[in-house]
Amino acid sequence: MPTSIPADSVGLVQPQQLHFDQPLALASGRRLDSYTLTVETYGTLNADHSNAILICHALSGNHHLAGYHSMDDPKPGWWDSAIGPGKVIDTNLFFVVGLNNLGGCHGSTGPNQPNPDTGMPYGPDFPIVTVPDWVESQARLADRFGIQQWAAVIGGSLGGMQALQWAIDYPQRLRHCIVIAAAAKLSAQNIAFNEVARQAIRRDPQFYDGHYYGENAIPKTGLMLARMVGHITYLSDDGMREKFGRDMKSGTLNFDLSPQFEIESYLQYQGERFSTTFDANTYLLMTKALDYFDPAASYGDNLTEALHGAQCKFKVISFTTDWRFSPERSREIVDALIDARKPVSYAEIDSPQGHDAFLIPIPRYMEVFGACMKQVGADIPRSKPEGR
Amino acid sequence: MRVDLDIIQNWIKPGTRVLDLGCGDGELLSYLGTHKQVEGYGLEINHDNITACLEAGVNVIEKDIDEGLATLRSASFDAVIMTQALQVMHRPDLIVDEMLRIGKECIVTFPNFGHWRARSYLALRGKMPVSKFLPYTWYNTPNIHFCTFKDFERLCVERNIHILDRTVVDNEHRDRWWLRLWPNMLGEIAIYRITR
Repeated sequence: MPTSIPADSVGLVQPQQLHFDQPLALASGRRLDSYTLTVETYGTLNADHSNAILICHALSGNHHLAGYHSMDDPKPGWWDSAIGPGKVIDTNLFFVVGLNNLGGCHGSTGPNQPNPDTGMPYGPDFPIVTVPDWVESQARLADRFGIQQWAAVIGGSLGGMQALQWAIDYPQRLRHCIVIAAAAKLSAQNIAFNEVARQAIRRDPQFYDGHYYGENAIPKTGLMLARMVGHITYLSDDGMREKFGRDMKSGTLNFDLSPQFEIESYLQYQGERFSTTFDANTYLLMTKALDYFDPAASYGDNLTEALHGAQCKFKVISFTTDWRFSPERSREIVDALIDARKPVSYAEIDSPQGHDAFLIPIPRYMEVFGACMKQVGADIPRSKPEGR
Repeated sequence: MRVDLDIIQNWIKPGTRVLDLGCGDGELLSYLGTHKQVEGYGLEINHDNITACLEAGVNVIEKDIDEGLATLRSASFDAVIMTQALQVMHRPDLIVDEMLRIGKECIVTFPNFGHWRARSYLALRGKMPVSKFLPYTWYNTPNIHFCTFKDFERLCVERNIHILDRTVVDNEHRDRWWLRLWPNMLGEIAIYRITR
């Protein structure tokens, strides 16, 4: 809880809810007749609307990127380390937009929100949404703000996949694409982990085939297990060893099944905390969006072809101990971009934190990111002098 | 601009596609991009250099060239450049092969170990040459594969590599007429333009 707001924080912020009435056709063939997006913005949109940055969130993220909702807020937004006045994504210069994606559970239209047709929560009837669906909804959000072209679309992990999809689907609508700790598609191993998470949720007796809202139940155990297995893939072996090793809560072995090693209670704590703040149906949807992401699929499995029409400048960043989306996966994107003759730079940040590193202000990461953002700032077109 | 880079930029045609292996702070690519509309990419491993490239708007890819260049498509670049890095490679011959596969032509520069000062240092003192220009001792030097101009040209003959141009300069990259009299003895750095 902040006793005072730090000078480099965006301060107290409020989300806004934007309603969209134009039906959205989804990749699944289904359609959302209307929907709401929960959005937060920081900084000021300039006169010609050319300084806007879209931040796409990852699996468990949302619209609350930076700052605090109240003085009682225990923590700032999820990317507060990177967004604020004078920070890497400088809100003195940029107008930063964060949203909760469709299917999310933080106020945007999703499984835990009422279906206008029935007045009851959508639950499992909420359609499976894909990364291209999200990009489409984000393009309409840009229209709503009068943003013709983003100065940059930026994201880590699943967020980076959305940034990449933007470059493919709306080549004219972004100048820079920054893809962090992502991949051009999931591997069999990635999908396997997601399926374990889904099974954990779906086999929880409190899941009620997704209709738990009406049963006054929450599949807490399933969600906790899902998060625990996910969390293991976000950390690295080295990072876990460094942080927990074989440290025990008490000095001796109990010879029972209670959690004894620090890593056990850490995972349980993380899982439990997550299970009270996140929606199980949303978790299922997000993992599906990950599994389905494969922009090359509609171009004969040729990523170079998929990126052929892109017009923005690309920056790709990976982390050495990330084994969820390893540096090799980022290099696949880089190689395809070089092959497609697109401007691209790539940095591989040395860090022990695994996939989670993309959320951590590692000095070299911030230096590289800062250098990229300097370019984004330099490419904001100078507004024409008024009059004359 | 460094004189060797100036010589190299003269060999690059406008509007071409250039790969610079070990591109440093991106000086050459930045110049080629601004003045010759060259579409350039640099590979680099030094963190400060990578940041400098990013700030200069030069396309830079963090990569250890010794790990190989297999992911780059054959004949996908008009020119592949490597300045003052051949001698730090684990297998200079394989790197030159790869450069010639990826680029239609290649430009390499390297220090001449056959220079009279290196020869006399070893001959008279019986120790590996250390100089202001090559300040490392044998155990900590990144330069693990020194060669002379003659050695390099022999490699070119063995591997069917055609030398299109050669310029020999002194250690401040100045082109002196007398270097041409006996390049392998007097020249300190050679700049070769090669193809296959």
